[in-house]
Amino acid sequence: MTKTDQPLIFEYSKPGRIGYSLPDLDVPEVAVTELVPEDYIRTEAAELPEVSELQIMRHYTALSKRNHGVDSGFYPLGSCTMKYNPKINEDVARLPGLAHIHPYQSEETVQGALELMYRLQKNLEAITGMDEVTLQPAAGAHGEWTGLMIIRAYHEANGDFQRTKVIVPDSAHGTNPASATVAGFEAVTVKSNEKGLVDLEDLKRVVGDDTAALMLTNPNTLGFFEEEIVELAAIVHDAGGKLYYDGANTNAIMGIARPGDMGFDVVHLNLHKTFTGPHGGGGPGSGPVGVKKELAKYLPKPQVIKTEEGYRFDEDRPNAIGRVKPYYGNFGINVRAYTYIRTMGPKGLAQVSQDAVLNANYLFRRLAPYYDVPFDHHCKHEFIISGKRQKKLGVRTLDIAKRLLDFDFHPPTIYFPLIVDEAMMIEPTETESKETLDAFAETMIQIAKEAEETPEVVQEAPHHTVISRLDETLAARQPVLKYEKVE
Amino acid sequence: MNQFRYLPITEQDRKEMLEVIGVDSTEALFSDVPASVRFKGELDVEEALAEGDLFKFMSQLANKNVNTKETPSFLGAGVYDHYIPSVVNHVISRSEFYTAYTPYQPEISQGELQAIFEFQTMICELTGMDVANSSMYDGPTALAEAALMSAGTTRKKKILVSKAVHPEARAVVQSYATGQHLEVIEVPIKDGCTDLEALEQLVDGETASVLIQYPNFYGHIEPLKEIEALTHQSKKAMLVVSSNPLALGLLTPPGQLGADIVVGDCQPLGIPASFGGPHCGYFATTKKNMRKVPGRLVGQTVDEEGQRGFVLTLQAREQHIRRDKATSNICSNQALNALASSVAMTALGKHGLQEMAHQNLQKAHYAVKLMKEKGLDVKLEAPFFNEFVVYCGRPITEVNRQLLDKGFIGGYDLGRTEPDYKDHMLVAVTEQRSAKEIEAFVDALGGVLHD
Repeated sequence: MTKTDQPLIFEYSKPGRIGYSLPDLDVPEVAVTELVPEDYIRTEAAELPEVSELQIMRHYTALSKRNHGVDSGFYPLGSCTMKYNPKINEDVARLPGLAHIHPYQSEETVQGALELMYRLQKNLEAITGMDEVTLQPAAGAHGEWTGLMIIRAYHEANGDFQRTKVIVPDSAHGTNPASATVAGFEAVTVKSNEKGLVDLEDLKRVVGDDTAALMLTNPNTLGFFEEEIVELAAIVHDAGGKLYYDGANTNAIMGIARPGDMGFDVVHLNLHKTFTGPHGGGGPGSGPVGVKKELAKYLPKPQVIKTEEGYRFDEDRPNAIGRVKPYYGNFGINVRAYTYIRTMGPKGLAQVSQDAVLNANYLFRRLAPYYDVPFDHHCKHEFIISGKRQKKLGVRTLDIAKRLLDFDFHPPTIYFPLIVDEAMMIEPTETESKETLDAFAETMIQIAKEAEETPEVVQEAPHHTVISRLDETLAARQPVLKYEKVE
Repeated sequence: MNQFRYLPITEQDRKEMLEVIGVDSTEALFSDVPASVRFKGELDVEEALAEGDLFKFMSQLANKNVNTKETPSFLGAGVYDHYIPSVVNHVISRSEFYTAYTPYQPEISQGELQAIFEFQTMICELTGMDVANSSMYDGPTALAEAALMSAGTTRKKKILVSKAVHPEARAVVQSYATGQHLEVIEVPIKDGCTDLEALEQLVDGETASVLIQYPNFYGHIEPLKEIEALTHQSKKAMLVVSSNPLALGLLTPPGQLGADIVVGDCQPLGIPASFGGPHCGYFATTKKNMRKVPGRLVGQTVDEEGQRGFVLTLQAREQHIRRDKATSNICSNQALNALASSVAMTALGKHGLQEMAHQNLQKAHYAVKLMKEKGLDVKLEAPFFNEFVVYCGRPITEVNRQLLDKGFIGGYDLGRTEPDYKDHMLVAVTEQRSAKEIEAFVDALGGVLHD
């Protein structure tokens, strides 16, 4: 890539140009002033661009070329599961019978949509080992909050108003404590031990009759399976708390272990991760929540049910926590996830997790000699290495990430989890070939060598992107959050 | 031979890789999963289908639904059938956009970042506000986040929400408020709009915000000027306005009328109904509140050579930095749909947006004129945009069934959520409905009701 500026769409604008086509108004026209009170008639048009259709396509095509997606190249962004986004999913989601149906159409006119939702619910129940699933939450964090609100409703129904704390491991995603706060809880941290797993002794210390829940990702963000999960669950359950499963890392365990069998009471899944969403540049996602029987009555309403007369919405749920989202969730993403599940089937999904774990371990072993390894045992679908060794040479993990850009690789997640210095969190996913993993490994090895021999090459990276490192301090100190026309 | 087209690892690869790892089998990599929780057997998941068979199967499911491309629809109530320029789908189908994640690496995400920056600018233009974020899940959760932000900013716990706000939005606000121990009080309706006298009584020193929909759920244009004055009689209280962005092509933007936060859903601009989601919430506010905004913000800056570029900014507000102290827990948003809306707003442009809004206004009023001529009981209590209420005197589900037989998707059954509006239908008329369709629909409705 060569360094270039791409004008803003507003900078192409010229009075008189149009990029749309509306039919002529075919009804008798009445003066707007007769229909809308003067105070409420807009006097100045919104300054939207005036451009032709080709200008639009050229502009956005140019922007797309300044963007790296999974289809562009390897994207080992830890905890994000940047796997291949199947094309049939996109075609299916655009079928008029799925894309152009209104949420308030009568049930008999949307039987296909309801059937699809019902089937997806059942499949997700089978994958997670939970008793009932809602498809309503829009994304992972939204699912977390929904799940915590369900747990809250359960405790309050039992008169347990003192259960105000949610325990979160120090390795957890930021959304966990944030969701706990939004759901009205106080987030409490439990430490990880020397193996990168939840420290049982510390858990015993923080758990108590004020515990509402423990939120856990398993495998955790370090990529390790919580092998003491049964003991963990017992500690929390004995104290009267509930176990919440953050499904961000489900890609490692399909057909291997189910949260429902591990003792979890509530689960959310990120359909845009494990179930090929896609990520869309940051969304939309979909974050279904599954629960065990005793919590099912608190699920948000409505739920899709199957009756003898066909599929229906069950609105009659007096204990429901209410609505967490308008309508029925991000249906279009759920369509894609269901299409994916039907592409893979039970055997395919199990193979997905096996290959995801194989790929991660292989890459882990290839990189281990060249980088610091904070926890040296087999990982699941992702692993952590640290740039501590390179930092001593003056090359930071950020520099390594930027240097990867020169080779058309998206960098790993960096500086997370917070408990590892100079962390690089690498998740290759099962859809990558061995050749790609090898190419990435060779590049990482080369960068490790550069850090020793020509550190400035890494420190000054990237060298081949459309733009060099950006001044983030300036952006935050003097925020410019929209385009202002220079007269 | 491999069995799945998304899985490239061959038997040979597997052998070589296991050797490098130093184990005999993949199974060894799962030795840390306790036997008691190890899943045995096969997941009870539906069987895999070959690509062609799967497409056929999904098409069959799709064909069981009545879609608004084939059957003219007069259903709105927050989700509308509008013109989507063809360019929209072509842009969002570029996989550099839809297969990317959040632009945390700005050097290789300038495309997405710039597109969001342009989106933020367009939302500010439409709403008359200073700052807009990169998107929220949908209009109702954006409204709920606005309520939470008002409580955080004012340190007050009372949220006043007009009963003329979408019932599902009110329900979502209630759910979020429950989490935060906020008190939600509903302001009654009078003459189809928020009851101003009641509002005056309810606003006090404890009020965090007043939540209004403009145009409201019943299609009416709320008197925002008066509402603004009543809201700000309390020094701290914030005015939160939820707006259909298309209507703002024609209506005075809430920002000009003193709103503190403006939210809504971009679905009318470039996003198909998709059975209710994914749509795209927007969130805009004043400069003063910039650092309280939930979700991602893109800012302009320069690179080392002084060239203009874009980055995610003010991230100290967000969950991945601030954790339990974040302004919101939102992480994934609706980026691709924000892009769709940006492209739609670009294609419509300055004139198209006005013209489309104008056509909605004119066509809805034409429908009302015809209905009145037919003697139908249109409940017109205030000026309206593209939706209005008709009293049918019979269960709407029944009316809609008959309308469907005549080839129309009828309006929203207001009685389903608002007991006061039993047997009332909310009818939406967009630019997509031709004069002929409107005339035929009015005839059909007249026929059904006069039977």
